Amino acid sequence: MNRRHFLIAAGLASGGFLVGCADSARQQLSDASLPLDKGQVALNGWVKVGPDGRVTVSMAHSEMGQGVHTGLLMLVIEELDCGWENIGFENAPIDRLYGNVAGMAEGVPFRADDDGLLARSARWTMLRVAQQLGLMMTGGSSSVRDLWPVLREAAAVTRETLIEAVASAKSLAPSVLTLESGHFLVDGKPVMSLGKAVQLLGASPTPAARWTLREPSDFRYIGKPMPRKDASTRLDGTAQFGIDVRRPGMLYAAIRFCPVRTAAVRSFEGGKAAAAPGVRGVITVPPLRGGTGGVAVVADRYWQARKALALVTLESEDVPMAAFSSAAAQTGLAQALDEEDGFTYWHKGDPDVELEKSARQLTAEYSVPWLAHTTLEPMNCTVEYHGDRATVWAPTQVPGMTRAVAAEALGLEPEQVELSVTLLGGGFGRRAEVDFVAQAATIARQFPGRPVQLLWSREDDVQHDFYRPACVSRFAAGLDGEGRIAAWRNISASQSIVPDFLARTFGMPGMGPDKTTSEGAFDQAYAFPHARVAHVVVDLPVPVGFWRAVGHSHQSFFVESFIDECAHAAGRDPLAYRLELLAEHPRERAVLELAAARAGWPQAREAGRALGLALHESFGTLVAQVAEVSRTEAGRIRVHRMVCAVDCGIPINPNLIAQQMESAVIYGLSAALGGRIDIENGQVQQGNFDDYPTLSLAECPVIETHLVQSAAPPGGIGEPGLPPVAPAVANAVFALTGTRLRTLPLAFPA
Amino acid sequence: MDKITLDINGREQAFELEPDQPLLWLLRDELELTGTKFGCGKGLCGACTVQVNGQPTRACVTPAAALAGRQITTIEGAQGRVVEAVKAAWLHLDVAQCGYCQPGQIMAASALLAQVARPSDEEIDQALSANLCRCGTYPRIRAAVHCAANSLAIQTAP
Repeated sequence: MNRRHFLIAAGLASGGFLVGCADSARQQLSDASLPLDKGQVALNGWVKVGPDGRVTVSMAHSEMGQGVHTGLLMLVIEELDCGWENIGFENAPIDRLYGNVAGMAEGVPFRADDDGLLARSARWTMLRVAQQLGLMMTGGSSSVRDLWPVLREAAAVTRETLIEAVASAKSLAPSVLTLESGHFLVDGKPVMSLGKAVQLLGASPTPAARWTLREPSDFRYIGKPMPRKDASTRLDGTAQFGIDVRRPGMLYAAIRFCPVRTAAVRSFEGGKAAAAPGVRGVITVPPLRGGTGGVAVVADRYWQARKALALVTLESEDVPMAAFSSAAAQTGLAQALDEEDGFTYWHKGDPDVELEKSARQLTAEYSVPWLAHTTLEPMNCTVEYHGDRATVWAPTQVPGMTRAVAAEALGLEPEQVELSVTLLGGGFGRRAEVDFVAQAATIARQFPGRPVQLLWSREDDVQHDFYRPACVSRFAAGLDGEGRIAAWRNISASQSIVPDFLARTFGMPGMGPDKTTSEGAFDQAYAFPHARVAHVVVDLPVPVGFWRAVGHSHQSFFVESFIDECAHAAGRDPLAYRLELLAEHPRERAVLELAAARAGWPQAREAGRALGLALHESFGTLVAQVAEVSRTEAGRIRVHRMVCAVDCGIPINPNLIAQQMESAVIYGLSAALGGRIDIENGQVQQGNFDDYPTLSLAECPVIETHLVQSAAPPGGIGEPGLPPVAPAVANAVFALTGTRLRTLPLAFPA
Repeated sequence: MDKITLDINGREQAFELEPDQPLLWLLRDELELTGTKFGCGKGLCGACTVQVNGQPTRACVTPAAALAGRQITTIEGAQGRVVEAVKAAWLHLDVAQCGYCQPGQIMAASALLAQVARPSDEEIDQALSANLCRCGTYPRIRAAVHCAANSLAIQTAP
């Protein structure tokens, strides 16, 4: 292939007239280059156009089921309409240009309505830090939010540059030309194809100096339920996940981890395994990037490696984790609340005094356990090492970090490592970690010239995860004579994720308080006249990580359940009670009212069932849900229907939005009805789908998604559907039975 | 180690097999038929579902050596009007999210529809509830099975 390279530092900054550009600095960061096929043209690091009229987007985000490839292509084609069948993508090179700014900038510990000097300067600083770091990351429901202006501008400048070329060639005014489905039109009549127009541009064309973005009223793609790109490859076995990488001469590695999470191997006996059929080596792998140490068997075939692994015996080093038990630690979290005040994330008025004065006081304690992610594709990574260079294939949410970590394990510079991001068989935050990458690279370094694929078992995956932290939360509310909330005090205790994550992946310290511990508790819209929301960080040896919706996933269960308790204590309808607390918040009211109306609130559709509702804002998106539940003859909770109402700003693709509601509801129900990780003596007790269950088709409710029309900038969509799930179900269970369930997973008392 | 002839996707091939080697790894590593996925290794998740004489079968817990004389069909070799109708319905309703479980779902769904022309919700529950999906495509899977059944019924209507 005859390839040229385009230095992506050129781009929009070369004198462009930016319309509505949020961060034009994004265009100036780069020192990498985009490979170009013969005749292809790029005016920036995001969009290439070929002489065949095909548009290729530089894809910086990982597809793990959330539909990000489709969503981001829609942003490009909206401004550069080549026809949906003519747009595709290639993985972006590793470069700061593609760093996820929106995902990081959200990490500041301030409420959205806090416009004080400290909050503003923290946001500004975080934005600059994010731009300079240039961390490529798919997570935090941030992809569309991050690239909403960037990709449209990159496409618009490309379109306008081509329009100028066509106008000049045809002696027309640029203003009369439009681009639709791969053809430049004048008065609706085609005058030149996109591919032909590309051929008018030289090898290094000057980008147009002026362009404008389409008005939302003129959108042709955005807002339409476009089907997913490449959907057919998911149905015929041709989609390539990390586990599917096959290379000539490839070896396979299986690993026996120390049973205690985080432990290192003290000694092992691998002689029998080394003599087993097909085995090429038996080697120790130290605890890397937060992972557990273990012994890997490398063989010609995975089955041989797996079988030989049973012949390995190992002794572990002692680690603090070996004395850890989750049941005792849960008690410890509650004790921490007795002893500490924690970090205050939101303080308003004088909640302590007002609580004392209130007509009625309500208190409650809630808790949730640790949770595993269980992506259906177990952790894996393939590394081919050649002494002075290497290639890595990884299903990862963090490409730059993956390359850096692999390079370090191989004793190479990052530039000597080529990374291919495969499709991800689920991510949910687990693939923001790089332990399995470091392990694969460490193993492959022993086999120069041979590609090696490390594949974990399901048990490895469940028992050596970075878990959603357990959390205990206490509430005290003071109700006035009319039952209204006069004072709100909430304090929770859990481990903190961000400092450990930064230390194990980047080797850098955390900055300021970790707002993921309290997000969802301190930043919701309810108007409490007096409030204090705080969090106590408890250090425990369990590795914890980002789990879908992170802090929101459990804080919403606490807050939305306790609001419901207040409503019932006041003898009020839970919907009306919430609406009253949201008098100043029309967007919140609208989603609540829409969900309630579509669910037929307050009446369940059949006798023996009841409705419960919950509202939550996360990642820039508001979701209200109404659950309809019953109690089965076996005494289990059955969820029949979940009605979701969503305000995610301008909807990019209603089809993907509905899919992500369905996804979040089902993932959330799996956790709410059955998810718990127990740890005894440092060993995770669950291991597979029989003891760490996931919802099945037979247990799946009917899920409806209703959109609130909105002109606000787009919010996230991969996670916001999850937080309201557990409280909506718990609130419905209360409505059904009068029993308030304050612990996950939810179950009727025996 | 026994020499055993297997019929995989209509092609007979001889293999040296350990008696306990699961079909899954033969497919994925020897034949590079990677559409059949590994998810649990215990027959709990259904990601490795293939058809043996038309029956949905968990390749991760089925020794390959036990399958001599049977017809093994993987997602790569699945063809015919039923599986085509299933795939068309899956595309029409945009079922797949990450896609990892979908080959197994399609093998299970097409095995069901080959035996039950118009399955009820209960029959779909029974046939597909051991095929787990962590992305949560179940509502669309259910709708797509009905959709495929409808389109097959229209095709065969006089």
